Amino acid sequence: MNPEVVGTTSGNKSGNAIEVRGLRRSFGRQVVLDGVDLEVPAGKIVTIVGPSGCGKTVLLKHLNLLLRPDAGSIVIDGTEVVGLRGKALNTVREKFGMLFQAGALFDSMTVFDNVAFPLVEKTALSREEIRAKVLETLASVGLQGMDEKYPSEMSGGMQKRAALARALVHSPKILMLDEPTTGLDPTRTGAIHELIRATQKKFGLSVVMVSHDVPAVFQVSDRVAFMHHGKMRLTGTVDEVMSSSDDEFKRFLAGRASGDDLENNQVSS
Amino acid sequence: MIEQLGASIIDGIFALGNFVLFLFYSIVFAVVPPYKLRLAIRQIRIIGADSLLLILLIGAFTGMVLGLQGYTTLRRFGSEGALGTVVALTIVRELGPVLAALMIAARAGSAMAAELGSMQSTEQVDALTVMAINPVQYLVSPRMIAGIISFPLLTTIFDVVGIWGGWLVGCGLMGAPSGDYFNGIASQMGSHDIALGLYKALTFGVIVMWVSCYKGYHAQRMATGVSRATTEAVVLSSVLILAADYILGALLL
Repeated sequence: MNPEVVGTTSGNKSGNAIEVRGLRRSFGRQVVLDGVDLEVPAGKIVTIVGPSGCGKTVLLKHLNLLLRPDAGSIVIDGTEVVGLRGKALNTVREKFGMLFQAGALFDSMTVFDNVAFPLVEKTALSREEIRAKVLETLASVGLQGMDEKYPSEMSGGMQKRAALARALVHSPKILMLDEPTTGLDPTRTGAIHELIRATQKKFGLSVVMVSHDVPAVFQVSDRVAFMHHGKMRLTGTVDEVMSSSDDEFKRFLAGRASGDDLENNQVSS
Repeated sequence: MIEQLGASIIDGIFALGNFVLFLFYSIVFAVVPPYKLRLAIRQIRIIGADSLLLILLIGAFTGMVLGLQGYTTLRRFGSEGALGTVVALTIVRELGPVLAALMIAARAGSAMAAELGSMQSTEQVDALTVMAINPVQYLVSPRMIAGIISFPLLTTIFDVVGIWGGWLVGCGLMGAPSGDYFNGIASQMGSHDIALGLYKALTFGVIVMWVSCYKGYHAQRMATGVSRATTEAVVLSSVLILAADYILGALLL
């Protein structure tokens, strides 16, 4: 089923940072992605929303081939990536920065070492250059003076910002965010959203974000993609999607569970 | 039922294949660039240097027990003079490599499995992959190098301390002649005995690193997964150490 595209797609296809066509993935007998289509225009923030368990994070992990699809196409900056291996795959991955849901900071390293890690491992920059770049990036996410802390010594919001700094420090072209505000209070959620928008504008990034913070996340989104039962049911700009008459999306926004949701979440006696 | 049995057999074969390929890649990535020398040195400190006190204690007590039991038994046959030979050959050929490996497996192997399992469950391994860094080359290969270097060294230390422990009890406490103790070692122990012990230590080092890293790297992403991986790492390492001990002993005798 093709997703309902509300309004017109923005730009032509050559202006897309990411194009996904017919993506399918199963885990055993469970079908998680059932023919997903998605376009991420260059320099825009696309937010993927949908009920828990609909496949949002699985889709996100396919974009940089942490997971490999059973079928379908993924085109990154004009390059088909599904069959790539080795150095060719690493070249594509170096275009990405990713913020994992829990940050995934290396807990044996300080914040400085965490953020410096991609530069130390993948570049030939001098120690002084790395230090300057790391401190600049930490300052851009509001963590100046925190470089000697360990992740365990920081709050959840600070860990997310440190993880965001690590995702940005090597100047990626595409930023992927997996539920960046989950577990944060409303104040910190707003701060993270503002940071994402400011960072995207400053660096001109293409951003793909998975979020449950609906409708707050729409304020920082250029386009929204609504996933349901492994398919992309609705895509468009925020205004187009919000004015859609799609029943499932309206139910999702209102927080009303469907019969399927109740059945899937029923506690067995 | 037959379908389930068939599926279990196929899954088992896949798992065995993955297990062997894991060893292959961890060794290959240790010798291809980018080299992780700094990480290997760090792991030598964690696996080797930090295990030293444990090895000293276990080695000393093992030698002391051998000295005590060996003297008591040999005295029945009037052969107290052979105590040094018995203690030294037993430790160098068998107890040194095996007990040192078992202790390091329990200490460092379990910690390694827990660390890697924890990294898997908190997506730190995925973070490495996303940064285009080979997680096996970064996490596993340095540990493999450290094990290959550390195990023979620790085993040698165990052997020396164990022989001295046997002398302390057998000669110092029980009264066996010191001259006979060390002369027996010098005349009866050959390079073949020492080489056998070191070959075993090297093999056990590979086994412990391989099993511990594999179990941690493939731990299920939850708390019980990490604890299960840690337990299985120690148990499987121990079983394979004893099996390899027999095989190597039989082949190199």
